[in-house]
Amino acid sequence: MLRRRELLLGLAGGWFAGRAFGDSTDVLGTLTGKKPLIQRALRPPNFETPLKDLAAAFTPNDVFFVRYHLAVIPRIDPQSWRLAVGGSSIGSALSLSLHQLQHDFERVELAAVNQCSGNRRGLFTPRVPGVQWGNGAIGNALWSGVRLRDVLRRAQIGANALEVIFNGADTAVLPGTPDFVKSLPVERALDEDTLIAFAMNGQPLPHWNGAPARLIVPGWTGTYWMKHLTDIRVEPQAFDGFWMKSAYRLPTGAFPGYRFASQETKETTPITEILVNSLITSHLTGARLHRGAAAVLSGKAWDNGAGIEGVEISTDGRKSWRDAMLGRDLGRYAWREFRLPLDTSVSGALTVAVRARSRNGARQPDTLTFNPAGYHDNIVQTVTLEVM
Amino acid sequence: VRGSAAAAALIAVALLAAAPRIAAAADEPVALADGPGRDLTIGRCIICHSLEYIPSNAPAMNRGAWQKSIQKMKERFGAPITDEESQEILDYLDAHYSGKT
Repeated sequence: MLRRRELLLGLAGGWFAGRAFGDSTDVLGTLTGKKPLIQRALRPPNFETPLKDLAAAFTPNDVFFVRYHLAVIPRIDPQSWRLAVGGSSIGSALSLSLHQLQHDFERVELAAVNQCSGNRRGLFTPRVPGVQWGNGAIGNALWSGVRLRDVLRRAQIGANALEVIFNGADTAVLPGTPDFVKSLPVERALDEDTLIAFAMNGQPLPHWNGAPARLIVPGWTGTYWMKHLTDIRVEPQAFDGFWMKSAYRLPTGAFPGYRFASQETKETTPITEILVNSLITSHLTGARLHRGAAAVLSGKAWDNGAGIEGVEISTDGRKSWRDAMLGRDLGRYAWREFRLPLDTSVSGALTVAVRARSRNGARQPDTLTFNPAGYHDNIVQTVTLEVM
Repeated sequence: VRGSAAAAALIAVALLAAAPRIAAAADEPVALADGPGRDLTIGRCIICHSLEYIPSNAPAMNRGAWQKSIQKMKERFGAPITDEESQEILDYLDAHYSGKT
């Protein structure tokens, strides 16, 4: 049974939050318009999708994870919302209404995984500070919008452009807190798959996922997917805000992936692309299987957009691996379902390891590469089941 | 988007005024451990964020990590905490929420 309470916290955005306590140690909470999610923090809201809701091909909007850095989150009137495009590398500054954005540019639809940079931080060994996410700061959705590059070309982006800088409507409580502002290298901003989206799974973007428009940077971690987008600036020099220079950084050279050269130092570099990864959604450790009864292990595999080439499963302590069956290809940035029947003929513990490999040659590693912020945990996961 | 400094200050004042009410609400699910410095810690931290972060981060924290965290909140995020208060908050957090072995 879920016990529910309501708390009124209508300070900035005007929102209710209910709470429910499930039978696990995770606290479930409900934001307006969302089903119960795992509550990592109420304010700013950081809510994670439960495992059972990650089994669908497309993660429904009402269970899609919510991640904010700053607590002042206005509800935006789509009629009066404007997107400003400017900066010293822009020839013709724009102020676009939602109607103009939706009708003056070619519409594009794209399925893509949105994964928080810190997904699985709570599983890190040794433990590191930050939002203690489990496996659910991730989701796959069909995003509809327009290409960022079409908007930038309309605004006459100049040849000297180096970075494109994005700001959203959410702000900090205190004037001394750095506003959440992110930049992309111009090359990535002009990629045909970088979108300004206004719909998610066929519906207008939910408030908590960035209404009325957000950035979609498929293949890159969620930190770049600016919600409640209001301002785009294009500049010939590197943006020096806190959230680029001091946050969301990795030790230089420690991980593969696109190198954001204008933001890199000898010591650290921005996180960019998602690493090849997988998640078992059908079973948790401790699940019991009936001996001799059919059982199918299933889950999702994803990467930076190279596309999943295969998913292997081992039930003998990673000595031998079998290829799982892959589900429908929803697009290279989407996750790919995998399935494999389990042999339940022998009673006892059954430990299953899953390892995805990307078309770019990358494979999930066995050991974690430590980094102080707890990013990029893509190590092979195992579940131990009990056949009885 | 950042509004004018005056608007931000007004919001901050509104939140400061509201903070004790939230902290004292019967339904507040995050009950921090009793001890010297508890009320000050709640009063300062809750200006910007709810309190789950404190117990949930405890396994990753020790005295040095809490000191760095408080310093970051003051210097990078502009939290209104005096040096004297920092010490009291540090002693409280370290006493109750240093779980790193």
